Amino acid sequence: MQKLSIKKQEAGPGAAACCIADQGKNDRSPVIQSLGVPMAKSPEDDAPCCGPKQGPPSSPYERPGYRMCRFVVDFVETTVGAVPRIKTSLKFPDLAGTIRARLGISRDRYLVAPGLYCVGTPGPEAPVMVTANYKLSFDNLRRELDDTDAWILVLDTRGVNVWCAAGKRTFSTEEVIRQVKRISLDTLVSHRELILPQLGAPGVSSHKVKRGCGFKVIWGPIRAGDLKTFLRNGRKAEDAMRQLTFTTSERMVLIPVELSLILKPSVAVLLAVFLLSGISPDVFSFSAAWFRGLNVAAAYLLGVLAGAVAVPIFLPWLPGRQFYLKGILTGIAGAFFIVFYLGDSITRLESLTLILLTTTVSSYAAMNFTGATPFTSPSGVEKEMRRGIPVQVIALTVSIITWVAAPFVG
Amino acid sequence: MKNFRYLENVTTLRLDREKCIGCSMCAIVCPHTVFTIMNRKADIVDRDACMECGACAANCPVEAVSVTPGVGCASYIIQTWIKGKDAVIECC
Repeated sequence: MQKLSIKKQEAGPGAAACCIADQGKNDRSPVIQSLGVPMAKSPEDDAPCCGPKQGPPSSPYERPGYRMCRFVVDFVETTVGAVPRIKTSLKFPDLAGTIRARLGISRDRYLVAPGLYCVGTPGPEAPVMVTANYKLSFDNLRRELDDTDAWILVLDTRGVNVWCAAGKRTFSTEEVIRQVKRISLDTLVSHRELILPQLGAPGVSSHKVKRGCGFKVIWGPIRAGDLKTFLRNGRKAEDAMRQLTFTTSERMVLIPVELSLILKPSVAVLLAVFLLSGISPDVFSFSAAWFRGLNVAAAYLLGVLAGAVAVPIFLPWLPGRQFYLKGILTGIAGAFFIVFYLGDSITRLESLTLILLTTTVSSYAAMNFTGATPFTSPSGVEKEMRRGIPVQVIALTVSIITWVAAPFVG
Repeated sequence: MKNFRYLENVTTLRLDREKCIGCSMCAIVCPHTVFTIMNRKADIVDRDACMECGACAANCPVEAVSVTPGVGCASYIIQTWIKGKDAVIECC
């Protein structure tokens, strides 16, 4: 029933009010009730004859089968229907959602409904800003728009951020044209301009948008934080607004997702590690599987930390340009920790094997980080992988052989 | 971003100055300041800063800029090695 209604809603711009990400426990948003809109009944009429005090009556914005998003203040009646006006400050559920997405929890389902929204009290002259329907992108935009009157057009990028969606061609020329036509934007605004984030440019051809729907694309700044200055400067972006940065905090915020992507397949890896560690002159030893397995597991996890945590943090200071080499450096540093810690409890061959393993894992994890940086070209990544992968495969094979062989030669 | 440099002489970026009409769209959309406009023509001033995102090529109205855009992501590239360049690949 609910699914049916949501589908129906996609036909009109009002659809934007609903979202999967923000299914509140209580549909009756307190914000709605404070707006002074006429309610079904006044609260006094609801005086209960028994039992606990009743909640307030439903707001006029409620529709059967829909849920109000917490970030919606109210709805503005326009020539193209009711458009949700959204808050420009983030509240606790938004911040909690950001943290979940940054940890990689349900990140691929953290989205808002595509369509038209607004902030402030926009009229026909107000600018139209285009963004992706990843909730983090949406939140990043709206929180920069306090004291601003604007329309916000959210594209259906399947819950992916602007830049990645542009690369995947869901933040695209066709999608911009489709949404502009679907909403009848030309009847809502008197101008014919759309402000797009610069990082959407790989997916959107400005001249084709103009041809397709009559709207001119104005390339806005990379960061939403620069939007107000951009608008104040007559929609001109200063050079710094057009250039990417990759600061320490911008790198560190990516680490949890990197780890979550690596640690999922690690369960299978660790299982294999414990099984291989148990192979002994007595066919199979459970105590060896456990104790030797723990050593390898520690070496493996240290390799993951060296490659997916240390490399992102120390990226500008690690020598060389190839990520697999940077990973080898941090991996060797990490490997000495584990060997020093284990000391004489393992043989020299085992120590060397663990150093090799930690370094290899770190090298691979570091190479994977290329996909999260804003400056590595695919041609460059492929070139370094042609060098790095053979080294990693050989090192891994040698590690496995020597580790399994160690109890026999000890 | 000047303190982050990646491999040199790898980018597939090409500019055909004959075709260029000097609209400066490439310089506007490039997030790495690869282009500049001189004498009403685009010029590549920092080729090795190019990360092949494809923004310039997509926004050149006369197809004077070309680049093979792609995903600079290791797991994606491994999959193209295994399944071939044209395969449908699920990635990051």
